[in-house]
Formats: sequence, structure tokens, C-alpha cells
Amino acid sequence: MKLNERSVAHYATCDSPADHAGFLRKRVERHHHHAHHYGTSYQRRWFVLKGNLLFYFEERESREPVGLVVLEGCTVELCEAAEEFAFAIRFDDAGARAYVLVADGQAAMEAWVKALSRASFDYMRLVVRELEKQLEEACKSLAACRKSPRRSSSSGRKRHLSNPALLPLQEKPAVLENGYSTWGSGGCVPGGAVCPDHDGGQAKPPPLPPRRRSATGSATGSPAPSLSPAMLESPVSPDTICFSKLHNWYGQEIVVLRREWQERQKRGHL
Amino acid sequence: MRYNERELLSLARQPAEKAAEIRMSVPKKGSVLKKRLVKLVVNFLFYFRTDEAEPIGALLLEHCRITKEEENIFSISFIEEPERKYCFECASEQQCQEWVEALKRASYEFLRRSLIFYRNEIQKMTGKDPLEQYGISEEARFQLGTHRQ
Repeated sequence: MKLNERSVAHYATCDSPADHAGFLRKRVERHHHHAHHYGTSYQRRWFVLKGNLLFYFEERESREPVGLVVLEGCTVELCEAAEEFAFAIRFDDAGARAYVLVADGQAAMEAWVKALSRASFDYMRLVVRELEKQLEEACKSLAACRKSPRRSSSSGRKRHLSNPALLPLQEKPAVLENGYSTWGSGGCVPGGAVCPDHDGGQAKPPPLPPRRRSATGSATGSPAPSLSPAMLESPVSPDTICFSKLHNWYGQEIVVLRREWQERQKRGHL
Repeated sequence: MRYNERELLSLARQPAEKAAEIRMSVPKKGSVLKKRLVKLVVNFLFYFRTDEAEPIGALLLEHCRITKEEENIFSISFIEEPERKYCFECASEQQCQEWVEALKRASYEFLRRSLIFYRNEIQKMTGKDPLEQYGISEEARFQLGTHRQ
């Protein structure tokens, strides 16, 4: 079966971030026809984990991987090899050989086992779908909220959506059910946000909202030259694929910030 | 480069996210469009002769560019060789669009970016890190911003 090996090797060595990397000793499976046992020797290789692909190189500086283990569907287990800190990558397939790897120490072994156990595409997809749902629910609560809690206007309830770090310590809202924080009087308000509403309008233009440490734009951290700017604006689910929806979504945040700014202005004039 | 072909073949037999008979050409001189069974499984695109059980080939879909070409046609090319295109001629414009959308999301890198995006949004809205329940909030691959290799 052909594989686009050149591209795969390029992916291995390009500067997209690796999920884990380090030296491991890899057991060499050798068949001795004349003996009734497998010779056990190990080769030290530089391993790089990217997604569900485990590459290994002869040296750390090698420009091309020597080999690749596609990890989808594997299990990772500690193994009772003669070696300490050994673990094995196994597949369901009955005749498949296991990859026995030996780490430098307990911590390294644990880190590798952890990283490899969660390396599958399926696992990632599961987590993403779950988060997608959670975000949808958070948005629905936001949309369902009808009233803004103007009366309980303690200054402590300011909450910068785009920079939670600005929330002063003593005003940290009690986190209650569903991960939403509730305000003093009157029921549940989705954490940090008030529904968009028509504002007074006659105040001076509000200051620019604080710069977000955004996940949009190329600041996701993984260089993705294949993405067009349009795609960057709609990175994920079909719901956000329409830029205008995403735009409205962020727009709600702007409205909240404007309101807070205006309320602050009003209080300042009292 | 050695790889565990056996496991890849086994993956090709798994239920697919998407599968269809599509005419396809490979970036080789004189290559023509041929009817293939094309199957998307995780971040691999397998292609079979329509009557065979084992795929002729597999494409890893990382760092690739999916381009809508002329009517009913899309192509896959890879970052380091953008002129070498695998072309796919669909039965309809709709099928073409569906495949383009599906393939654009069929990479681990895309999932990673999505996860970071959702995590960030949820964190901003609820103040909670949704990854904590999975015990993976500290993993380097989920952090915003660049992380070292």
C-alpha cells in the first residue's frame, strides 16, 4: 500500500509542535531461526509524538525519521520486560507485534505512557465534541437571559470577558451549578455576561476592549500555513463557520463591555 | 521510512467517517481519473480499486491543502509540494462541497486548534477550565500560544 511518505516525513520534521519528545530505547525484535528464543537488544532512538503518529529518528538532529508508528487503536501498557521503565504499544490485531520501549526513568516512562494513551484521533475528537456541546450550552444560557441585573450593581460584579485575570480577587464569584457564577440578588446569570441590550447611547465612545489572548488569528500556536484567513475566523463547528455568527458572538461581548463602561461613567457622575 | 503497515491496513477496514466512489487521479505524469472507493478514517484518506479489499494507497491528511477546483472537482496537495495534486471528481457539486468540508476538518491539527478555541471560550464564559475534568489541562499541546518542542 502506498503512503504519501514524503509528506509524512515532512510533517515529522517541520516545526509544528510535538506533543511529546525524548529518547527511548526501542527493543529490536530479531528472529533467530536456529535458536528458540528472540535475541533481546535495544536501540536508542529519538522519539517524537505528533498527534496519533509516533516518529523515531536515529539521532535527535536527523533530518528524516527512520520509522513511524501509527497509534490509532493502540493500547499502551507497562510491561514486565527484564528492563526497568519499559512499556509496550500493542494493537488489537492478533498477529501484530508490540513495540517495547524503555524510558530513562520513572517520570519519563509515566509521561510517555500518559501522552501515548491519549494520542488517538478518536480521543481528541471526543473531547472536542464534548467541549463543543458545553460551549453551545453556555451560549444558550447567555441568549436565554432576558434581564440585566442592574439593581444589584455592586462594583464587584464587573467581569471582563476577554480577560478573566482582571477579576479582582475579593470579587471572585462563587462558582455554583453548571459552572456558572451567580450574582447576589435574583437568580442565575450566566457567568460574566449580560444579554445584549440597547444601551443609552449618548455617552462618549467607549475605550477599546482589552486585547484578548486570542485563539483566532495565527496565535493558536501551531503554524498552519495551509489556512486561509477566512478559515481562521471560523475554526470549528458548523455553527461558527459562518463568520457573521462568530462576529455576532464576539459582538455580544463588546456590548457588555460598553455597558459596563457606561455604568461606570454614570456612577462616576453621581 | 518504516511504518506499521499492518495497523494502517486495519485502520482502512474501520467504519469510515465518509466513503464514496469518486474518480481520482494521482500527481503522476500521464495520470488519468480512475474510479476509486475513497474512504476517510480519522486523519487518513484511503483509496481502493472498487472491487478490492485492500487499499492501493493512503494519504495522511496533516498539513495538506484542500482546494475546490472547477465544477465537481477538489484537490488535495501538501504544504511542501503544492503543485503535486491529488484530484477528485465528484458526482455532484454538493458531494464535492461535503468532501471539502469533511477533509478540511480531518486533521489532528484542526482538532487541536478547535480544542484550544473551545477551551478558551468556555473558560471566558464560565470561569472554569473544561479540561480539568479530563485531567489534561496541563498538557503542552492544549496550551494557548506557542509551545516548545
